[in-house]
Amino acid sequence: MDKKKKRLIFRSVLLTIMVLMTVYAVYTNLTSDKKAVLQVGDEAPNFELPTMNINNKETLKLEDYKGQGVMLNFWATYCGPCKEEMPYMQQLYPAYKEKGVEIIAINLDKSKLVVEQFLDEYGLTFPVVQDTTSEVMQLYDVGALPASYFVGPDGKIEHKIIGALTLENLEGYLQDITPES
Amino acid sequence: MGNRTCECGHVNPKGTVLCESCGKPMEGNQHIDGNEPNKLLNMRYDGSARRSKTYNKTFVDKVWNFFSSVKVGVWLIVLVLVASAIGTIYPQEMNNQSPLPAAQYYVEEYGITGKIYYQLGFHDLYGSWWYLLLVAGLAISLVIASLDRVVPLYRSLKKQKPKRHTTFMQRQRLFGKAEQATEQDKEEMIANLKKKRYKITEQEGHVLAEKGRFSRWGPYVNHIGLIIFLMGVMLRSVPFMYIDETLWVREGETEPIPGTDGQYYIENVDFFVETYDESDPRFKDALEQEGTVVSNYQTDAIIYERTDDGLPGVEPELTKIQEGAIQVNNPIKVDGFGLYQTTYQLNEFKSMSFKIHETNDKEEKAIGGEFTIDLMNPESEYILENGMRVEIVSYFPEFDMEDGEPVSVSKYPKNPAFVLNVYPPEDPNSPETSFLAIGANLDPEENNQYKVSITNFETRDVTGLTITKDRTLWILALGGLIFMIGVVQGMYWPHRRIWIQPKEQGFWLAAHTNKNWFGMKKEIQQVIEGTDVPMVNDQVEQEQ
Repeated sequence: MDKKKKRLIFRSVLLTIMVLMTVYAVYTNLTSDKKAVLQVGDEAPNFELPTMNINNKETLKLEDYKGQGVMLNFWATYCGPCKEEMPYMQQLYPAYKEKGVEIIAINLDKSKLVVEQFLDEYGLTFPVVQDTTSEVMQLYDVGALPASYFVGPDGKIEHKIIGALTLENLEGYLQDITPES
Repeated sequence: MGNRTCECGHVNPKGTVLCESCGKPMEGNQHIDGNEPNKLLNMRYDGSARRSKTYNKTFVDKVWNFFSSVKVGVWLIVLVLVASAIGTIYPQEMNNQSPLPAAQYYVEEYGITGKIYYQLGFHDLYGSWWYLLLVAGLAISLVIASLDRVVPLYRSLKKQKPKRHTTFMQRQRLFGKAEQATEQDKEEMIANLKKKRYKITEQEGHVLAEKGRFSRWGPYVNHIGLIIFLMGVMLRSVPFMYIDETLWVREGETEPIPGTDGQYYIENVDFFVETYDESDPRFKDALEQEGTVVSNYQTDAIIYERTDDGLPGVEPELTKIQEGAIQVNNPIKVDGFGLYQTTYQLNEFKSMSFKIHETNDKEEKAIGGEFTIDLMNPESEYILENGMRVEIVSYFPEFDMEDGEPVSVSKYPKNPAFVLNVYPPEDPNSPETSFLAIGANLDPEENNQYKVSITNFETRDVTGLTITKDRTLWILALGGLIFMIGVVQGMYWPHRRIWIQPKEQGFWLAAHTNKNWFGMKKEIQQVIEGTDVPMVNDQVEQEQ
């Protein structure tokens, strides 16, 4: 009967290996499909970009906001849905700024002028930085605009939202990344 | 499961159909290969004990036996084929140029069938989980079915003895009695067989002549190759092994090469399209018929490596490492990445120059000189030589009207438009507004004293490159090579065996081949030439 036992072990081991390989292959294929190399739960990668509306700061680094909740909003002036959600962000910003949440809007236009004119028109007070080479956009695997990452006080990504936000769900996500006082 | 010990004394594994040693049909197991009603023996796998047919108790065994079945394997192949065929009915998502997301595209373009097609994942077949499971199931089936057959077959062919059971001899397709044959005839036959490169083994006067046994391993070698190939394909989902990206670079601009984590950058120095010379007598006739024919698409490029360790987003410090031309089928290679010329856009606007003149001046004489707007990065205002000020109120790089509002649909100056304010020198506080676009120069109030007119523009080309890295190619090549070796091994050599069994009068002759019976018979004829041995009978032909 020892032979039968050996056979069972051999079969079980080989089947397990092949099933694990299959699961791995299916999993990587399904995730790479969405090009989401960055996942919820991952550390938000650091970057440094020139600021558009902060007078005393040439550039801004993500790590400057360690310990705070950070919303990263990828947007452009030519993106319609981005324009719709901007007023919501502006509306909620002052209250959440008090609670230790920062909103950083990462603009993807090429020209500075169009962004400056947009800022004047919409009266945005949260920091806006410009990523003219789309390098940070690639770093965050952003394809379609708008896209928002909500980063918790621990520096980990809590939500990744593609598409425009409503006022309600924006507030919900901001609450999720508010540090405990 | 029948008696395991044969009368020749050999102990066979459970489920053996034909004794490994002497080939005698094992009592109680003949149904396995369907030998019962037939005169001839089924020689597939040499009557060895395929475990899948014999042992079926635990859950693991049941799974194992499911995949071990050739029937299951064939069905998996059929399903993969049918799914792949259906996947060609509508375009795959990756080849789809439509700006619509897939969820909308298929239903809007093809209606209800398109919707089903999308929902079942046929639009991205290689990425849909059930297709992957089918292929993985096929791979598992290949491994298990092969293992379950190659091991017993190997064992059986290794254990076979020249001394065969009489039943085995009689129930071979090629069988004959040479009752008049002498010992000398036998020796001559053996000599002839040796000349034909048969391997001879003898046991108490019984002879086995065998050649081409290695051809029996062909299918299994072939399966190993197929599995290596499939693994190579699976590895393509790992970015370390495989990258396939596109990159647009404008002339004069430097962009990070995707997939390199910002390590390498490429500058587009110049892009151009060349055509065959129409005055060349060699091409003249053909070109007159065909019109213009392109002879070359080329990007002159410089490759840089980033030498600082700044954060992403910071202006990089770059060192030139390579310079050259990218042409179709002639890429630049850098650190395992290939940069291929795939597409282009000619004549995107780069800058525009304007002059200001009095609206009612027919000659449009410029006042205060010209100003040039860099369309990638315009200034907010331009001051002319005479102190006149032009302010850009709005800039639309790719102008379009949306719900009656002027908007830009991209960041690239493909269709630039401006709202400009001109501050007349005599009255710097009351600007005149005008709207300029390609083919439009509007004065909303229709009372402007000054008019802005375009005098000149500069364009540049955009090159479209494909960035590829493929570290799986050698795996695919290796798998393909082993696959082909297996095919050749199994297809081009037959496994032939001839048995000689001594009798009181003369001897019996039986022969088996796994393919090409005609060749086998011809070879026997050559081997018995010049002897008193009669030709063997083809018992299949006799029956018909």
